[in-house]
Amino acid sequence: MSIRFELRAQPSRTMVWLSPIIAITLTCCVAMVIFALAGLEPVSALATFIFSPLADLYSVGELLIKAAPLVLIAVGLAVGFRAGVWNVGGEGQLILGVIFGGFIALTFGPTGGVWVLPVMVVGGAIGGAIWAGIPAFLRTHFNASEILTSLMLNYVAQLWLSYLIFGPWRDPAGFNFPQSAPLAPSALFPTLIDGTRANASILIALVAVGLGWALMSKSFVGFQLKVTGLSEGAAKYAGFSAKRAVWIGMLAGGVAAGIAGVGEIAGPLGQIFPTASPGYGYAAIIVAFLGRLNPIGILFSGLLMSLLYLSGDVAQMSLGLPSSITGLFQGTLLFFLLTADVLIHYRLRATSAAGAPKGAANGL
Amino acid sequence: MGFDLLPILLSTLIAGTPLVYAGLGELITERAGVLNMGVEGTMVTGAVVAFAVALTTGNLWLGVLAAMAAGALLSLLFAVLAISFRANQLAVGLAMTIFGTGLGSYLGRPYVGMALVQDATQAGGGLAQLPVIGPLFSAVHPLIWLSWILFAAVWYFLARSRAGLALRAVGEAPTSAHAIGYPVVRIRYWATLFGGAMSGIAGAYMSTVYASLWTEGLIAGRGWIAVALVVFATWRPERCIAGAYLFGGATMAQLFAQSAGIGLPSELMSALPYLATIVVLVLISRDASLMRLSVPASLGKPFNPQG
Repeated sequence: MSIRFELRAQPSRTMVWLSPIIAITLTCCVAMVIFALAGLEPVSALATFIFSPLADLYSVGELLIKAAPLVLIAVGLAVGFRAGVWNVGGEGQLILGVIFGGFIALTFGPTGGVWVLPVMVVGGAIGGAIWAGIPAFLRTHFNASEILTSLMLNYVAQLWLSYLIFGPWRDPAGFNFPQSAPLAPSALFPTLIDGTRANASILIALVAVGLGWALMSKSFVGFQLKVTGLSEGAAKYAGFSAKRAVWIGMLAGGVAAGIAGVGEIAGPLGQIFPTASPGYGYAAIIVAFLGRLNPIGILFSGLLMSLLYLSGDVAQMSLGLPSSITGLFQGTLLFFLLTADVLIHYRLRATSAAGAPKGAANGL
Repeated sequence: MGFDLLPILLSTLIAGTPLVYAGLGELITERAGVLNMGVEGTMVTGAVVAFAVALTTGNLWLGVLAAMAAGALLSLLFAVLAISFRANQLAVGLAMTIFGTGLGSYLGRPYVGMALVQDATQAGGGLAQLPVIGPLFSAVHPLIWLSWILFAAVWYFLARSRAGLALRAVGEAPTSAHAIGYPVVRIRYWATLFGGAMSGIAGAYMSTVYASLWTEGLIAGRGWIAVALVVFATWRPERCIAGAYLFGGATMAQLFAQSAGIGLPSELMSALPYLATIVVLVLISRDASLMRLSVPASLGKPFNPQG
């Protein structure tokens, strides 16, 4: 007798939503093992890890402010992922938002009025769109893999930002630290909740969730993108343009990431550093999949990923573990998610020796 | 102003070697029809593991072996998900990169700021003491020599050996290969494990030979460049090794420019390998018929032996 995977006649809708919960549970188990290996009491360490970032109002504000860019970028990326467009350049597109928004803030911030911030947001969106438009153009005109080109551009963007901060944008009054001058108040998002750093960029993320939901679930374009992602042949037969899907998919991610970049500098940082993003562009990929490429799901998975970032700081301060444990748990979570997703299409079945189960031709 | 040719050639070799390992490894994986986009993460993990082992044991080769094992182990994880469970190979590869990078920076934290002290004569062992050819082994690191042996082996395997024919058959037409009795899944597993082990060496080379230290951002996209390199090489080993040195030269352009007194921002020079990768990808990919002829026909597509 052995255990076999048997193809389901229909993908399981229950498993689609159960799979993230399985993945989170398994990641918690791995976390406890790591805590135990580090000589900590696993259960209480896990409790500290999960709950202490939520202890007070200020912390909840931190949770929201970190979740905002993750949710925003993930919704944008999900538009592309649904269409089979692999935009993994969120990090670079975010940095372009920082560069474009930062340019506007540093140039017009000190003298400008209330219009500076909206212009920064638009500028950041344009910056992100340009950086996402390059892979889209190279894909639609030269058939170059958007995964590789968008990824390469992440490194180029990071070097560009480093050049600016170590060079022309360095604060003359900054004791030679690699950082820009502090942004003027007109270039900062207003705080939403007193006593916290939670600011209006959270509202932008919520609007993105609404827009994303409307686009994906209610619009004809969303339907076309979905068909293109599920079956390129079917999309072609129906007359849906694959090139247009690439453009829409890439640009949605680029605009979202660019705006998120503005949110970073116009938010708690209030200044531009070479490390403007703690890997939000990559983490948003996990957020998008964990949220099942569904804007409402992404809202929850974004909050979870934000918690993971905050927990990393807790791990460093109260548990004596390196904060890079966040990256380890992020990867573990994505791995378990993909493993659990196998159960959407397959069921586990104990079989006796006789009668091998029949599998259908199409895999996943 | 005269360029000294030898140092340029040597530094190009030194910078190109990790791409030779990772590129040839990924090339074998892809020729079997498996697209493993997790090279970057595997390299990061390999780099940390090799550095930690080499530092604690004082033996470079134990570090390289440990990195190979770590790389193979990570790619086994990929193989189970992508080959056995037929999950989306792009998604699993990305997961592996995120996981490997996270694992690397977690494991590597205690080693940041430490330096690996070793001299090349020691790494070359007895070979460097040989008369006449000895200096060759102290100037050119044994891991570079080994990469040339690897290239010869990969070339022979693909072009001349029966096993290589089987691997190519599995990549081109898995259903037919299955029908004539080749174990498609097993061959794909081995090809993936080989690729992982080679990425492990590539990472080991970066931390122990190239930099002699571990820092986050050490690999800096070289794993992704290796994946692009395989496309650029149109899945042929001889073009892969040539491309690796081309990118190695691009990495070193910064140093050449500085020594020649060219006053470009160093960040622009550092961006050169990434920009070059984009350019060559475009040049190769735009030729649709060349791509159709070169790409292993089943690349990235899962195979179901039951149907």
